[in-house]
Amino acid sequence: MNQPDIARLWVYLASAPLFWLTLTLVVFQALNWVFVRGGRMPLLNPVLWSIVVLGGLLTLTDTSYQSYFEGAQFIHFLLGPATVALAVPLYRQWDQVRRSVVALGVALPVGSLIAAGSAVGLAALLGADRSTLVSLSPKSVTTPIAMGVSEALGGVPALTAVFVILTGVTGAVTAAAIFRILRIRDQRAMGFGLGLAAHGLGTARAFQFGETAGAFAGMAIGLNGLATAVLLPILLPILLAMFD
Amino acid sequence: MLGAVTLLLFCQLAGEVLVRLIGLPVPGPVLGMVFLFVFLMLRREVPEPVERVSNRLLDHLSLLFVPAGVGVIQYAARLEDAWLAITASIVGGTIVSIALTAWIIERLLPRPPHPHPPGERG
Repeated sequence: MNQPDIARLWVYLASAPLFWLTLTLVVFQALNWVFVRGGRMPLLNPVLWSIVVLGGLLTLTDTSYQSYFEGAQFIHFLLGPATVALAVPLYRQWDQVRRSVVALGVALPVGSLIAAGSAVGLAALLGADRSTLVSLSPKSVTTPIAMGVSEALGGVPALTAVFVILTGVTGAVTAAAIFRILRIRDQRAMGFGLGLAAHGLGTARAFQFGETAGAFAGMAIGLNGLATAVLLPILLPILLAMFD
Repeated sequence: MLGAVTLLLFCQLAGEVLVRLIGLPVPGPVLGMVFLFVFLMLRREVPEPVERVSNRLLDHLSLLFVPAGVGVIQYAARLEDAWLAITASIVGGTIVSIALTAWIIERLLPRPPHPHPPGERG
């Protein structure tokens, strides 16, 4: 193939939704393979590295995010129904929730407020601007909910998505040390803390502590997703006023 | 199968419509999750196709975050400007949240019966 043909081919590929859609699936599956092979080390998180690799490719080839998204939107669309589907695990664990209702009733609102408050407070003290603060505020919640909340409150959903993933990686890496220092041995406590503060990645880590920890983490994702979606619109203006 | 997909999309659509009608600050799909939860409570079971479609979606949940995450390339300059504030917020905030939440549950829940077999406690 001579030079102009390759150029013409690239012009087609770079603007075709099919190319970026396929590439997203290929890159993610390759990195997921590395993650599984590498013993599921949190630092090998396939979402994080897919973003780095695909973002790098777009930058190198000078492709706009808009033309990438024309293909990738077909994956992105599924976040909505996936969020709805979170009702199924929540329903399954409803009996456990009812039995621990007092402890969860305290830990959920306090944890939810601390997760958002500490994120906004620390960043505000170090001089982050308002839209960064809003984008950070739902960082402990599972991505589809966090992005929706961020957009509704005037943040940048794409920034929030990255903050959420980095939060999950942080939680998975630090959990064991936190529990050792605080002498927390109850699996229900470990799981709920991880799921509330570090969503799906925290839940994956919780399953390594045991089945019960995993179940409580999964439940915490749904509960904190709801709590944050309801509380944050009320809390955020107060937080922003406090730190302004 | 098709019915279950339709149910999920219908819940989401109902959520999106209601959010816009009342002007709620909650994302539409979150309200859709509440609708599906109420539906399951009324049914008192998860219909098998709903279970299957939901599991399929949630199995690949992490892939679904990638397209939005790639959008960060549009904000590289801001990340460079505020990297210290962002790092402190994410690392510090996450550690504090896990610690406090787990500590509350540990204090408020009654001990599980016999975490170790009797006689093995140190």
